[in-house]
Amino acid sequence: MTDRALAVVRAGALTTVQDQGRPGHAHLGVPRSGALDAPTAALVNRLVGNPPGAAVLETTLDGCSLRPRSAVTVAVGGAPCSVSVDGRPAAWGAPVRVPAGALLDVGAAVRGVRGYVAVSGGIAVEPVLGSRSTDLLSGLGPAPLTDGTVLPLGRPGGLHARVDVAPQPRPPAELVLRVVLGPREDWFTPRAQAVFTSRTYRVSSASNRIGLRTRGPVLERARSGELLSEGMVLGAVQVPPDGRPVVFLADHPTTGGYPVIGVVRAADLPAAAQAAPGTPVRFIPVRRR
Amino acid sequence: MRTLRVGDDALLVEVSCGEEAEALHSELARRPAEGLLTVRELVPAARTVLLDGLDDPDRFAAELTASRTPPAPPRPSEVVEIPVRYDGPDLPAVAALWDVTEQEVARLHATTGFRVAFCGFAPGFGYLTGLPARYHVPRRSTPRTAVPAGSVALAGPYTGVYPRPSPGGRQLIGTTDAVLWDHARVPAALLSPGASVRFVPVGAV
Repeated sequence: MTDRALAVVRAGALTTVQDQGRPGHAHLGVPRSGALDAPTAALVNRLVGNPPGAAVLETTLDGCSLRPRSAVTVAVGGAPCSVSVDGRPAAWGAPVRVPAGALLDVGAAVRGVRGYVAVSGGIAVEPVLGSRSTDLLSGLGPAPLTDGTVLPLGRPGGLHARVDVAPQPRPPAELVLRVVLGPREDWFTPRAQAVFTSRTYRVSSASNRIGLRTRGPVLERARSGELLSEGMVLGAVQVPPDGRPVVFLADHPTTGGYPVIGVVRAADLPAAAQAAPGTPVRFIPVRRR
Repeated sequence: MRTLRVGDDALLVEVSCGEEAEALHSELARRPAEGLLTVRELVPAARTVLLDGLDDPDRFAAELTASRTPPAPPRPSEVVEIPVRYDGPDLPAVAALWDVTEQEVARLHATTGFRVAFCGFAPGFGYLTGLPARYHVPRRSTPRTAVPAGSVALAGPYTGVYPRPSPGGRQLIGTTDAVLWDHARVPAALLSPGASVRFVPVGAV
């Protein structure tokens, strides 16, 4: 019986295990999955001395509480929040030592949406197709955490980083998404294309790991009928029949039948992961590289 | 053939029919192993093949359109056989649409040679082509909230098997015990694009 384990005391609204996902299987209908705010997942891993691809926990809005069975180093990043160990305030965005049996509490997000908790050694659940990520669309990987879940931990490798606080981008007050138009922009009227790139949308509370949904002006189609299913990429802005753009995030379906008006630059997607419901969203057209 | 740029590093190749998309995917799918193509994802669909993660999409598009459409590859010699009981709740509706008896639906379906045109909807779900156009059927007007795993179903030009329980609007004609997806198995998916498939009736037809 190993004591390299982590007991989940309070799972929070939605806490999942995430790493860099499982790209390369889309032709079998398998989404890529992986941490939505990938740079932050890599950062917190670095803070505890893990390789960037180690599995971390991704929390949603209200954090989680964890009790490691052996002493570990943790780092909490992403959406800013309070951190405490056995009730004593601890650092956010920096390595924190948690003694065996102590209670680590990751508080509710002050701003932003998703928190990332790295634990030295990484979360060591059994990988599925090379990844430990929970995929909420297809159900691959470990189930979302529930109170009482016990997660195995890997063996710690490197030394944790010697930093006080690592700089992290602030969750966006306004989400500006650079978008390369196409491939199906011609399915929309010229007016709809202008509306898409000039008006302000807001992040809908129906957003999830599959897509960032929006509220705002309806994009009118230039043609009726349905597109045949075609392959979808990360960041694709699909427009379902209700006319409101949806930005595909990590758990997006591999194929889809609604027209894609444009594709958001990959570098802008981590901010999308941190945009809380109600945040204004603007789509800025850019030339492709 | 038409190529459409998708974002910064992907390309959607659009062709005129499903057979052409299958042939193009088959041709492109052998290239990575031969070191002729570096791509993150290669995703066939109804009339398209998506290449995601290309170094130089414009150059690839130019080379692809300059070369002639590759011929349809020979069918793979190995056929995936899926045992099926033709006992689906929509069998009478499909028999009515086809204007044949339920037994004849089973016979026609089980004597059709299918191919996996593409996958999607869920891990392990293949869109199987092979039924002649006169046997294409619409989706149910009201989708079911729960379709059991192993349901053999028809919708449009495609036959498919639900890998796991899910909501669905396809017409259910039968049931199989075959495991379409098992992530502990190698390969996890029973069906992958390009595979040949036959349904083998079990029990009374």
